[in-house]
Amino acid sequence: MSKVQVPTMAELMAEGKTPDVLFWVGCAGSFDQRAQKITKAFVKILNHFNINYAVLGGEEVCTGDPARRSGNEFIFQMMAAQNIATLNAYEVKRIVTACPHCFNTLKNEYPELGGKYEVLHHTQFLQKMIDEGKIKLEDGGAFKGKHITFHDSCYLGRANDEYQAPRSLIQIIDAELVEMKRSRENGMCCGAGGAQIFKEPEKGESEVHFDRADEALEKNPDVIAVSCPFCTLMLTDGVKNRNKEDQVKVLDIAELIAEAQDL
Amino acid sequence: MQYLVQALFLVVLGVAGFLFAKRIGFIRRNILLGQDDHPRNDRKSERFAQMALFALGQKKMFKRMGPAVLHFVVYVGFILINLELIEIVLDGALGKHRILAPVLGSFYPILISFLEVLAVGVFLACVVFLWRRNVSKVSRFHKREMKGWPMLDGNLILVFEIILVSALVLMNGADQALQFKGATHYVHTGGFLVSNYTFGFFASFDKDTLIIIERSLWWIHILGILFFLNYVTYSKHLHIMLAFPNSYYADLDKPKGQMENMPAIQKEVQMMLNPDAAGDSNDMPPPPERFGAKDVTDLSWKNLLDAYSCTECGRCTSACPQNMTGKLLSPRKIMMDTRDRVEELGKAKDKNGADHHDGKSLIGDYISSEELLACNTCNACVEECPVNINPLDIILKLRRHEIMDEAKSPNEWNVMFGNVENNMAPWQFSPDDRFKWADNIEIKEKG
Repeated sequence: MSKVQVPTMAELMAEGKTPDVLFWVGCAGSFDQRAQKITKAFVKILNHFNINYAVLGGEEVCTGDPARRSGNEFIFQMMAAQNIATLNAYEVKRIVTACPHCFNTLKNEYPELGGKYEVLHHTQFLQKMIDEGKIKLEDGGAFKGKHITFHDSCYLGRANDEYQAPRSLIQIIDAELVEMKRSRENGMCCGAGGAQIFKEPEKGESEVHFDRADEALEKNPDVIAVSCPFCTLMLTDGVKNRNKEDQVKVLDIAELIAEAQDL
Repeated sequence: MQYLVQALFLVVLGVAGFLFAKRIGFIRRNILLGQDDHPRNDRKSERFAQMALFALGQKKMFKRMGPAVLHFVVYVGFILINLELIEIVLDGALGKHRILAPVLGSFYPILISFLEVLAVGVFLACVVFLWRRNVSKVSRFHKREMKGWPMLDGNLILVFEIILVSALVLMNGADQALQFKGATHYVHTGGFLVSNYTFGFFASFDKDTLIIIERSLWWIHILGILFFLNYVTYSKHLHIMLAFPNSYYADLDKPKGQMENMPAIQKEVQMMLNPDAAGDSNDMPPPPERFGAKDVTDLSWKNLLDAYSCTECGRCTSACPQNMTGKLLSPRKIMMDTRDRVEELGKAKDKNGADHHDGKSLIGDYISSEELLACNTCNACVEECPVNINPLDIILKLRRHEIMDEAKSPNEWNVMFGNVENNMAPWQFSPDDRFKWADNIEIKEKG
C-alpha cells in the first residue's frame, strides 16, 4: 500500500505547473463519510492512471445549488461569485466532478455569471479517457457477471441528457446491466434533489427514496449503481429500509471501477 | 324559405365566429399579462421543426403507445373530417346540397367513405377513452385536482365528439336513402362505405320524414361543430390549438437543469462583495418589486401560454415522485391553478378596468406552500409533457417568492442557508475540515 498525495491548485501554481483537469469534489464528497468513499475511489483512479489533476482543497465552497433550488438566490449568487473568482484566478479550463448537482451548476449556470469552463461529470470523463486510450481498464474483476442496475441521477440524466456514459462503464467492467422499469429519461428521482435532502419531507403515504429503492430491489441486483453522492445516500437508506443492505450494495460508478481494478 | 335558411345559417356562422374571436382575444390578452423572459421568436426554422415534431408529430405521446394510437386516430380523424366542413359551409351559405359531389365526380364517394372510416375510428377511440376515464379508472384521471368540472369537461368533450361523428355518418345514411327514393336536390353520389350499412334502416321511412331527419342531422353536425369551437376555448381541450404555438415558443436547447438567472440579485451581490469592481452604485438597476412570482402577472407569458395549453392529461403528475408518494404536489394542478387564476384576473380586469387588482394571488389562494416546498426539481414533469409545458419553471419562480419575499422557508432550510453562508457547505462542518478526506488514502501497489 502506498499513500496517495492529492495535489491542490495552490501547490501546483507555486511550482509553476498547471493540471489538465480540476477535480471539483463538492460538499458531499468532502464532508459526508459515505460520499468521501466516492471521492477517494475517484482519486485512486486518477492517480493510478497518472491523470494530471488537482483539487481546490480548502478553497472550494458550495456551488450554491441547494440554495438556488430552494429559492434563495442571494446565497447562490454569493457562492457562485466566490467560486468563479477562485476558478478564474487559477485560469481553470476543464473541470471534472462526481456530483451531478455541482456538474449542472458549473456547466449551465456559471457561464452567465462569468465562469466559463469545460465541465464533465466523472462518468463522462472516464468514458472519454477510455475512448482516448489514456485509461485502459483491465478485463473482468470483482463485478464480472454480476447483476447491476443503474439509477439515473436527475441532474445528470434529464437535466443534462447524459444516460450513456455510466452505462458504458458498467458494461466495461463485464457486469450485466439490468434496467429498472423507470430508467433513462423516465427515471425516478431518489428524493434528494431540489434541496429536499436538507429538510423533512411533506406529509404523504410513502417516501420517494423508499419507493425508488424498492423499484431497484425488484430487479434483484447485486449492486445498485449510482452516479451521484446524494442518490448514494438516499438509496442506501432505501435498501436498509427493506433490510437488504447485506445482499445489495449501493455503489457509485467510481467505486465500481476502483474496485473492479482492485485499486 | 330557402333564403331564410341560408340567412339563418350565415347568422349562426357569424355569431359563432364572433364569439370565438372575442374569446381568443381575451385569452391572448390574459397570456400577455405575463412578463417577457428571453427571446422566443429567434431561430425560426428550429422552432418550426420543434413544433412539427412535438405538436404535429406528437413525438412525446408515443412514449405511451396505447393511448398514443387512440389519440392519433382522434387527432387525424378530427382534422380530416373537418375538411368536410368546407362543403358544409359552402352548402349552408349558398343553399346547395353536396356542392362538391359533381365537382369531384367519382372521387367524391371515395373521399366521403374515407372520412366515414375515420369517423368510426374516432367513435371507437372516444368510447375507449370514456371507458378509461370512467370504468377502468386510470388513476391519473382521478387525482384530487380532477374532481368536479375537470372530470366532467373531459367526459363532455368525448361525448361531443361521439355525437359529431355519429351525426355525420347517420346524415350520410339518410342522404343515401333519399337519393334512392329520388328526392329532389339529393344528388346521386354513389354509395358510402360505412353509412351504406344504415341504408336499410333509413329506407323504411317515408321521404318527408327522411328529409326532416337528414336536415336535422346536418344542422346538429354544423351547430355541434360551431358549439364545439367555442366550447374548446373554455375547456382543457384548447390544446388542439395551443399545442402548436406552445411547442414553437418552448425552449429549444436550454438544458433542463438550467435555472433562469436573476440579474438584479447577481448585481446586488457583486456590489456587496466588491463595491469597486461592480461600478458606480448609481448604475444599480432599481430593485424589483418582488423576487420570484406571487401571482400570474409575475410569471412569464410563456408560463401562461403553458397553462392555457394544458389538457390535464396528468402525465406530469403520474411521473412526479412527490405525487407518487402521496404528497400534495401535482404539476398538473400547478398548471390548472395558473390557468384558472389568470382567467379570474382577466375577468376582473374586464369588469373593473385594466389597472384593477382583485387582491388575490396564485400563491395562497390557489397554490399552497406545502405543494411548492415538496418539489424535487427532478424535471420528470417537464420531460413527460407532450406539448412542451414546463411546470417546474413556475414552481421555482413561486418558491423564490416564498423564500425571499415571504421568508417562508422551513427551519431546516434556514439552517442549511446559514451553513452554506457561514461554513461554505450545507452542513455544519468547519470549512477547515473540507480537505480532510485526502488525509488517509491508500492505494495498492501494482507490480
